[in-house]
Amino acid sequence: MQQIRGTSLLVKALQEEGVDTIFGYPGGLVTDIFDELYHHDDIKVVLPRHEQALVHEADGYARSTGKVGVCLVTGGPGAANMVTGIATAYYDSVPLVCLSGQVASSLIGDDAFQEADIVGITRNICKHGVIVNDRKNLGRILKEAFYIARTGKPGPVLVDLPKNVMVELGSDEYPDKVNIRGYKPSTKVHIGQLKKAVDLLNTSQKPIFLIGGGVNIAGAQAELTKLVELTKIPVVTTMMGKGSIDTKHPYYLGNVGMHGSYAANMAVTECDLLFSIGTRFSDRVTSKISEFARNAKIVHIDIDSAAISKNIKVDIPIVADAKEAITAMLNYVNEHETAEWLQQLFTWQATHPLTMQSNNGLTAKKVIDHINETCQDAIVVTDVGQHQMWTIQFLELNRNMQLLTSGGMGTMGYGFPAALGAKLGNEHKTVICISGDGGMQMNIQELATAVAEELPVIICLFNNSSLGMVRQVQTLFFEKNYSSICTRRRKSCPRKCSGTSDQCPPYSPDFVALAKAYGAEGIRVTTEGEIGAAFDQALKNTDGPTIIEFIIDKDDLVLPMVQGGKPLYEMILEY
Amino acid sequence: MEKRWLSLFVENDIGVLSKISGLFSGKAYNLESLTVGMTEDETVSRMTIRLISDDETFEQIKKQLNRCIEVIKVIDFTNSPIHMKELLFVKVRKCSKGDLDELFRIAEVFGVSIIDYDKESVLMECVQTESKNNALITLLSSDFQSIEVVRGGSVAIESISITER
Ligand SMILES: Cc1ncc(C[n+]2csc(CCOP(=O)(O)OP(=O)(O)O)c2C)c(N)n1
Ligand SMILES: [Mg+2]
Repeated sequence: MQQIRGTSLLVKALQEEGVDTIFGYPGGLVTDIFDELYHHDDIKVVLPRHEQALVHEADGYARSTGKVGVCLVTGGPGAANMVTGIATAYYDSVPLVCLSGQVASSLIGDDAFQEADIVGITRNICKHGVIVNDRKNLGRILKEAFYIARTGKPGPVLVDLPKNVMVELGSDEYPDKVNIRGYKPSTKVHIGQLKKAVDLLNTSQKPIFLIGGGVNIAGAQAELTKLVELTKIPVVTTMMGKGSIDTKHPYYLGNVGMHGSYAANMAVTECDLLFSIGTRFSDRVTSKISEFARNAKIVHIDIDSAAISKNIKVDIPIVADAKEAITAMLNYVNEHETAEWLQQLFTWQATHPLTMQSNNGLTAKKVIDHINETCQDAIVVTDVGQHQMWTIQFLELNRNMQLLTSGGMGTMGYGFPAALGAKLGNEHKTVICISGDGGMQMNIQELATAVAEELPVIICLFNNSSLGMVRQVQTLFFEKNYSSICTRRRKSCPRKCSGTSDQCPPYSPDFVALAKAYGAEGIRVTTEGEIGAAFDQALKNTDGPTIIEFIIDKDDLVLPMVQGGKPLYEMILEY
Repeated sequence: MEKRWLSLFVENDIGVLSKISGLFSGKAYNLESLTVGMTEDETVSRMTIRLISDDETFEQIKKQLNRCIEVIKVIDFTNSPIHMKELLFVKVRKCSKGDLDELFRIAEVFGVSIIDYDKESVLMECVQTESKNNALITLLSSDFQSIEVVRGGSVAIESISITER
C-alpha cells in the first residue's frame, strides 16, 4: 500500500467516480487541492465567477446528464456562498457532492480566519453533511458522499475538508463498496400493495394520473407513456413532472397548481381516483388541501416514505422508485373504459385552452412558440418569475426537449448558471436560458464564465422593466400598489408610481452593451417580426453566449392563477 | 395531541444531536425532552425522546428521523412494554424546623433520597417515572416557599417481563 496525500486520494476518488468536470473556485483553504488538480488533465475544472452560481452550474450539469455534479470551494465565504445553491438542489432532489475547504483541525473553534461551520449551516438543507476529521476516513467518506448523493431520493451531500487532512499522508485506497447502516435505500415495489392500487384504478370511473418530478428523475418517461397508452387514462403533471410524457400527447392535460391549466385543475378536482407518482404535493400543487381531489381516492407512489401522507392523506401508499413501480404496473393494467370522462376533460381543454390574454405585439408566448417550432433537440433552462411560468405553460417537451427549472426553492439567479452547466454536459445540444430582467442580474457575472468556456448558450431575457411575478400579485391582490417592483425606478421618480409614463428613466443596465462588455453578443428585440432573425443570429454565434433581450409589456399576466389558500377550481381566468 | 416516546439508535458522531434537534426545530415539531448517552457499543448512542403530537405528525416525525443517514433505528416506545425513569433533583430552601421534619417524612413515603441538607435547606434525589416526579414537584411547590428543580429527561429500555413508565 502506497502512502499518498489527502489531495491525491481526492483526485483518485473523482477519477473512480467517473467525474470529468468539476466546478471550482479557489481560496486559501483549498490551494493544496487545486495544486493537485493542476497536474491532472483528465479532470476539467470550470471557474465560475461566484460560488452560488458555481453550485447552480453543477446542478444544471447534474440534472441534464444524470451524473453527480461536483463543487469545490474554499472555506468561510466560499462555503457560505454555496448555501442558496445547495438548498435549490436539495428541494429539487439533485445529486451533488459539494466539497469545501476548512481550517486545520487544530484551529477549528478558534474563530480562525475563514472558519465557518458549514456543516452546521447547511444541516437542514442537504441530504447529508460531514466533516472529515481524520485522514484515514477520507476515502470512505468520499465514497459514501457519492453513493448517498445519487441513490434513493438524490440530493446534495456536503463534505468539509480540513486543510491538514488534505496534506496528510495516508492510504491510497478508495473503497469500492459502501455499507452505511443507517442508509439502505430501497427501490423495490411491494407487489401486493401495487395490485391493490391497480384494482382501485380498474374500478374507478374518473381516474387521472398525477405525475411529479420523480418520474423524470427516475428516467421513466417511456414507461409512463406506455402506461398511459395501455390504460387510456389521462395525465396531468406538476411543474417538475412536465416532460415526463410528450406534451403533445392526446392524453396530456397540462400542469396542475397555481398556474396550471383549467382542464388539469378541474380534472384533479373532479376525479374519483388520483393516481400520483413521484410528487410531494407541495402547496403550489394542491392549493387549499381540503378541496384538493375532494372526491377522489388517492394512490401515492414515491421513493421517499416521508413524502407520503405528509401533506395529503393517501389511501394506498407505495414506497418505490417510479421506474420500477411503473414497469411492474405494466404487467397488471388493462385498457380502461373512460370515454365519458375523457369527453368531459377534452371539453374543458377545448373551452379553456392556455393562452396569453393579450397576445398583441411582442409577448413571451410568441418567443416560446418560436422555440417550439424551430428546436428539436434542446435543453431549456428557466429562471424564476413570470417568464418561468409562461415557459412551463407553453413550451412543448418530448424525449428530445428537456426543461430545467428551480421548482422547490424558486431561486432567482438559478437559470443562467444552470444553463451553462447543462451546456458543459451536453456539448451537442442547443441550450436556451429563459430569464427575467430581475433574475438575470442575480448571476449576470457568469457571462464571463460563458465567454471563457466558449459556451454558445442563447439567453432569452424577457425585460418587462419589473419584478413581474411580484407585480402581478400586486396587480391582482394589492390594488396595484406597486411596491418595490419597478426595475427602472430612480431616485427622481415619484414615491408612489402606478406604472407607465413616457418619462420613465431608461433601463439600467443596457443588457446589449453589457453583453458586449463581457465579450458576448447582445441583440435587442422590440417587435414580433424580429424574433426569427434574432434566433438565427444567435445560432450563428457558436463560440460564445448571446443575450436576446425581448422588450415585453409589464402588464402581461400569467393566467390562470389560483390565489394561495384558495381551492384549485377557483381560478382567475381573465383580468 | 398526545404524549409519545421514541427510542433512537444513532451513530455516535459529532453533529448527530444537532441534526436531530435541528430536525425538530426546523420542522416545528414539539420536542419535550431528549436524552442521549453512549451504549455498550461505542459507535452507537441511544436517544430517548418525549414529544407531543397528533397521530399524523408523529408518523411524519418517525419517517423524517428514519430518513437521517445518522439514524440507525427508530423505535416507537409509546405503546410498548418498557421501563422508563427520570432523574430529578429538588432543592428546598428557606425551610423552618417543621418544614424539615415534613420533608424527611415526604422522602420516606415517596421513596425519595435526601442526599444533602443543612439547617434550612434539603436536597432530594428522585429516580422515578416522569409522572411520579411531576406529582412530587406539584406537592413540594404547593407546600414550600422556595424550590429549585433540575430534571434529566427520561431514559427508557424495553421490558423483559413487566412494564413501568
Ligand atoms: C432569490 C429570490 N429572491 C426573491 C424571489 C421572489 N421573486 C419571485 S419571482 C420575482 C420576480 C422576478 O423578476 P424577473 O426576474 O424580472 O422575472 P419576471 O417575473 O419579470 O418574468 C421575485 C422577486 C425569489 N424567488 N428568489
Ligand atoms: Mg422582469
